Amino acid sequence: MSQSNNIIEISNMSFSRNDRVIYDDISLQVPRGKITAIMGPSGIGKTTLLRLMGGQLKPETGAVVFDNQDITKLSRKELYIARRKMGMLFQSGALFTEMTVFDNIAFPIREHTELPESIIRKIVLMKLEAVGLRGAAQLFPTELSGGMARRAALARSIALDPELIMFDEPFAGQDPISMGVIVRLIRDLNDALDITSVVVSHDVEEVLSIADYVYIIANKKVIAQGTPAQLRQEKSQQVVQFMEGNPDGPVPFHFPAQDYQEELLNNVK
Amino acid sequence: MLSNSIVALGQQGLAYMAGAGRAGLLLLGALKPAGRGTKLLPLIIKQLYVVGVQSLVIIVVSGLFIGMVLSLQGYTILVGYGAEQSLGQMVALSLLRELGPVVSALLFAGRAGSALTAEIGLMKATEQLSSLEMMAIDPLHQIIAPRFWAGIISLPLLAAIFSAVGILGGHLVGVDWLGVDTGAFWAIMQSSVEWSEDIVNGAIKSLVFAVVITWIALHKGYDAQPTSEGISKATTATVVQSSLAILGLDFVMTALMFG
Repeated sequence: MSQSNNIIEISNMSFSRNDRVIYDDISLQVPRGKITAIMGPSGIGKTTLLRLMGGQLKPETGAVVFDNQDITKLSRKELYIARRKMGMLFQSGALFTEMTVFDNIAFPIREHTELPESIIRKIVLMKLEAVGLRGAAQLFPTELSGGMARRAALARSIALDPELIMFDEPFAGQDPISMGVIVRLIRDLNDALDITSVVVSHDVEEVLSIADYVYIIANKKVIAQGTPAQLRQEKSQQVVQFMEGNPDGPVPFHFPAQDYQEELLNNVK
Repeated sequence: MLSNSIVALGQQGLAYMAGAGRAGLLLLGALKPAGRGTKLLPLIIKQLYVVGVQSLVIIVVSGLFIGMVLSLQGYTILVGYGAEQSLGQMVALSLLRELGPVVSALLFAGRAGSALTAEIGLMKATEQLSSLEMMAIDPLHQIIAPRFWAGIISLPLLAAIFSAVGILGGHLVGVDWLGVDTGAFWAIMQSSVEWSEDIVNGAIKSLVFAVVITWIALHKGYDAQPTSEGISKATTATVVQSSLAILGLDFVMTALMFG
């Protein structure tokens, strides 16, 4: 089978939830070995896009091809096999609170392999060393700071050496130091392990500093795409507003409402 | 107005049916053998501790007091007919046939069922269930199945312990305090309690309750809105719906078994 150059190819996909259209006929590609970023204002379903890529949600139309397989057409069993090649870093980390950090990272290895405990220990320590948390192996997730929890979760998502890692808002709510650590980790892991990364985020500067290719999504569509350098040259009002963080513009400051004066004068609810 | 309320009724009915369908799929998915029996066993044992062993205190204490109260009330009535020697029979039959299975099930729903719902709801809210899916581990096998089996094994055993402790409590009040003859207490109990009629029927009841409570609790947790309000609602729904189901099913089963 010929290996396509893109690990993920989404073509003409539409998805809606509770009658609200989230994506309308969207197409995008994630090239192998690169960091692809997906940016956009919050609430437009960036996390939903990751769930669509991971097969946790099914689109109404269109295809989501992962590693030459259409995720939307796989049986439950095939889907679970395909997911072994993916890792996902959730926004909350989603570490199992009743296990130590060590056991959290060992968990997927113990579940999916028959490796002896001595080898599992070595793998876990290597993954923890990569994220700088070898000293925290015996702590419980509740004892970690937010930034450390996210790094521990990152170690868990690379435990099985996936081909693709998806990062859901990796920079949200981090202090400048942990932010810097995570930015570096994403880049280093991507290059050192020769994996593909998809980063979903709205932190413009951090994303532009590490991404190889960026998609900006708004209004159910891709409104701009390109390398960070190309996007900085982009003239479209929508993109400029997002990249510079202007409060008003094509994305209005006000949530749609009836006329202000009318509502104030009208006493009837 | 009328048409609106009919529409609302229809929507509620559909939502209810959809929920029942999801509950059925949940159970099917959890029970489908996935060739991971060796991995399931340690998980079940851990849940047996959480669901069963940790419910022991409330079951033993309640059983003791129910038995004592039953004995006290029974004595004051039976003594009027000079039949206080049948106290053992009365206490044992009430506990084995009705109070043991029903009260232990109600306590189990409050103690273990609510905890299961809240735990699974929070796992959903903190994306632990999603992360299991993305690690290619089916949460139905990893989380739901062990808890289901642990509930089914625990409750009948807890009900048996409840009845046994209750009988001892009845003995404490009837014989040690009120002075019923201890030989008569045990002998009449022994001759009147039947294995299949009383003990097996009681065990069947608590097995049915175990399935219903655990199923409702797991479904409500898995189906909960992943917010604090949603989890609180789901926990309440678990206790209310399983309690009502226990009482309703108990009447039906009593009518079939003893009617």
